[in-house]
Parts: sequence; structure tokens; C-alpha cells
Amino acid sequence: MPTVHAVPDLAPALPEVILAVVAMALLMLGVFRGDGSTRTVSWLAVAAMAVAGFFVITGPSDGVVTFSGMFVVDRFAVFMKVLVLIGSALALVMSFGYLRDEGMERFEFPVLLVLATLGMLMMVSANDLMALYLGLELQSLALYVVAAFKRESLRSTEAGLKYFVLGALSSGMLLYGCSLIYGITGATDFAALSAALSGGGEVPIGLVIGLVFLVSGLAFKVSAVPFHMWTPDVYEGAPTPVTAFFAVAPKIAAVALFLRVMMSPFGGLVSQWQQIIVVVSIASMVLGAFAAIRQDNIKRLMAYSSIGHVGYALVGLAAGTAEGMRGTILYMTIYLVMNVGTFAVILNMKRAGAMVEGIHDLAGLARSRPLMALAMGIFMFSLAGIPPLAGFFAKLYVFLAAVNAELYALAVIGVLASVVGAFYYLRIIRIMYFDAPSEVFDAPVASEMRVILAAAAVFTLFFFAYPAPFLAGAEAAALALVR
Amino acid sequence: MEVALGHYLTVAAILFTLGIFGIFLNRKNVIVILMSIELMLLAVNINLVAFSTHLGDLTGQVFAMFVLTVAAAEAAIGLAILVVYFRNRGTIAVEAVNMMKG
Repeated sequence: MPTVHAVPDLAPALPEVILAVVAMALLMLGVFRGDGSTRTVSWLAVAAMAVAGFFVITGPSDGVVTFSGMFVVDRFAVFMKVLVLIGSALALVMSFGYLRDEGMERFEFPVLLVLATLGMLMMVSANDLMALYLGLELQSLALYVVAAFKRESLRSTEAGLKYFVLGALSSGMLLYGCSLIYGITGATDFAALSAALSGGGEVPIGLVIGLVFLVSGLAFKVSAVPFHMWTPDVYEGAPTPVTAFFAVAPKIAAVALFLRVMMSPFGGLVSQWQQIIVVVSIASMVLGAFAAIRQDNIKRLMAYSSIGHVGYALVGLAAGTAEGMRGTILYMTIYLVMNVGTFAVILNMKRAGAMVEGIHDLAGLARSRPLMALAMGIFMFSLAGIPPLAGFFAKLYVFLAAVNAELYALAVIGVLASVVGAFYYLRIIRIMYFDAPSEVFDAPVASEMRVILAAAAVFTLFFFAYPAPFLAGAEAAALALVR
Repeated sequence: MEVALGHYLTVAAILFTLGIFGIFLNRKNVIVILMSIELMLLAVNINLVAFSTHLGDLTGQVFAMFVLTVAAAEAAIGLAILVVYFRNRGTIAVEAVNMMKG
């Protein structure tokens, strides 16, 4: 039993405290200054994320717990928090132009993004079923609202409504699982759960049922098959910068939570959950590959693409080893960069002031915007997993881990699925380079977009030359998880 | 007959199942879906409180308090989204939520 302090040690949670205080302060600023202050509030929100990132990096990273053991900061938490903060900050920066052009410059947007990010950081650091639930809900409640943020658009509000209903359903299932796990073991603390479950012997059936409910809830949040149905609709309906945000930050946080829950409290039950994860992973990879072929809307296509990529990331979790965790963590790092870059291109698909979303609107981009087409081509080749781009190494490490864990079928199906998946990524490249040009997109591309596009393209292209720091970081994070 | 842990768990399981069926089988009204979600969360609360009493451990009741709080926030946000949706669509029939086919 950890000692209960009157005031818990706040130092390990400093980044979260900063984001919480800043979110409330920015809300006040916005309320008193009105919607004219949106740009200021947005930049301050980005700055707050950067400051929080600074304190994440310089803060403790050796498994410190606080809040009576409910909150843990280890190498894994630090690594994933940095990814989440980068994803959120870039998504917020990329949203500026869109919000201005669509007349949606309302100060609530950056505030909600900061609150969602705060929830994600809490998820990544959760060390107790209660902390897990509260972090997850803080993130989800903010995300439901931003999905419906374009409130005069039927598609956006419908996306918000669907996301809310299915998200609440998944939270309910996750909670039911938590309640059963608490009832069987008498603990909600991950350390206590891990101790209670590592004894071996017969596993009570109630615990297995609770675990299945918990995994279902988490699979919903990472949008893995068979709990993926909300993803295409929400991605298509939500405003494009919100889709860009959904595709990176919440996905990384949910995968991080998934890894921690599976390895930390339930690490002793690998044999119980491994089969489930293998099936979910195969189903996600196959559905992501086949369902995307028919899509003509680029946002919908990216939704199926993200379902497929979650499948690949879960291959590493299915392996259940430190090598597998390293693969998944590295996968999410590279996934973040590729998706930020792709959405930077999608956010520039604009004609006569209106966004266009059809794949065929990209026709002839190579002639009208050669640099943008080149960057998009790099991201598509990378998402397809073609060497020597970053996406290839992401897949290589998870599949190697699966082979070393003797999950041969999983690795073979994964490689086949990525071959099928390559078809639709290459189709986009064909459309950009070989189809007759359609009308030119609006100029000019905002300077922040150029910087993000160039940085993402350079990372994706030259990852192979300098992978060591990322591999080492992922390795250290994985070792913190597998103890 | 003494009411034991099993009885509470059975009630909670029935309520939870009703909640899930309410979400998937209901074709009429989105408000019913909100009520079903509430039903699921309350079923979880029964579970938590029953286990808490059974184990003689307060954690479950603390958890139930958090769930209640979050459920209230969730209902508020759900209704708010429903209101903006209604303004655009003019109806809240479940069959009408079909702009995008998923």
C-alpha cells in the first residue's frame, strides 16, 4: 500500500498540470477577448504544448509513480508523450488556414485540442484502471466536440453524433471489463494487478471475460477490426484538420494505452490475450487493404489506411516481447510523420476557396505542383512500405518481431496485406503523375504548411540513413514496459 | 432468500445487455440511444458497488463516483451534439443518420 500524502508529488505530472492550467487560462482569455483572439489563443496553445514537451523530456523518466501509484512516468511514457505532443501541435498549426477560410475561427478549437492532449498524456501515464478511464474520457469528450465543430455542416455534426454514440458504447464496454477485473482481483492499481496475476495457475473465467471487454473497448479506440465501423464516417465527416488530428495524436495515445495495459497489468496472461490480438491484427490488416481499394474520397481512404496501419502496429503487440514493443513504438513514430505529411497535402487540396476531397482531384498534380506531388508520392510509397522509405522499416521491425516470436502466419498475412495495400497507394501516384491534369489547386501554400511538408518528406526519405536515435529511443521505451 | 453478490451481478449483466441492445436494435430515436448509454454505465456502477461491498474495499465505490461524474458530462455533450445535429437535419430519427455510408 503506497503512503497517502495530503498533497501528492506534482513534479512528475508537471506537463499535465501545465496543460490543464493553460487550457483554463486560454478559455478565460477567449471568453473575455472574443473570437478575434483565436489566432493568439492558438499560438499560445502550441507554445503550451511545446513547453509541456520540454518538461516531458527534461522531467523524470525512471518509473516514478505519484498520486498514490495512479500515475507513472517511465521511458515509455516520455517517448509516447513526445509523439502525442508533436502530433497535436502540428495538427493545430495545420488547422490555422482551414479555420480562417471556412469561417470557423472560434477560440474553443485550440482549447479543446489542449484538453484532448491533456487526456492523452494522462492515458499514456495511467497506472490504474481509474486513471485510465478518466484520461480516456477527457480525451474522448473533447474529441466528440471537435468532430462536430463545423456546426452548420450536416456531415460534421453527423460525424460527431456517430463518434459520440460508438465512443460511449466502447467506454461502457471498457468500464464493464474494468469492473469485472476489479471484482475478481480486488485491485485497480496496475502494479497490484500485475502482482495478483503473475502467480500462474488457473485463470478465473470472470477475469478472462473482463479482459475481453477491456480489449474490445481499447480496440474501439484504436479503430481495429471488428470495432472500426465509426472510423470511415468520422474521418470523412469531420473537418479536415480535425481528421488530421484524429489520424495521429489520439491513435498514438490509444496504442500506447493498449501496450501499457496489455504488458503491465496483464503481462502475465500473454497466453490468454495473444490469440485475440493476432486475430484483431490480421482482420485489421486485411480489411484495411481491401476496403480502401474502392474508396474515391481521400479522407475515407486515409481512414481505411489507418485501420490497416493499426493492424500492422498490433503485430508487434501480438508478439508480446520487448522486440515487438520496440517495433510497435517505432511504427507509431513513423506513422505519425507519414500521416502529418499526407494530411498537409490533403489540407491544400482546395479550388476556388473550397476544399475538394476526391482522389481524382489530384490528377496531374505532378505538372501543376511538382514539389507537392513529389512529397505526396514519397508519403504514399512510404505508407505502402516500399524500401528504402521510413514506412518499410516500420513494417520490417514489427514483422521481424512476429517471426522471432514464431507467429509465422501473422507475418506472412501481414506481408501479403501490405502488397494488396500497395495497390491503392500506387493508384494515387498514378493519378498524380499520369492522368490528364484537372484544374490547378489554389495558391499559395501557407509557409507553415511548406515547412511541415518538407520536414515530413525529408524524415520519410532519409530515415534509413540515420535510424539509430529512433531505434534506441524505442528500445529504451520498450524495455521500460517489459519488466 | 438472501441477496448475494451473484444476484447483483446478474441484474447488472441484464441491464448492461439491455443497454447494448438498446443502441443496436433501436430504430426510432437518438434520445433512446443516450438513455441506453446511461443504462450501461449504471450497470457498471452496480457491479462496482456490489464488488466493493463484497470485497470490503472502498476503491470500487470511489470508481463508481468517478463514473457517475463522467456519465453526467457525457450526457451533456451528447445532448449538445444532438441539438446541433437536429438543427441541420430537422429530425433525430436513427434511420435519418445516413449521410455517410459506413
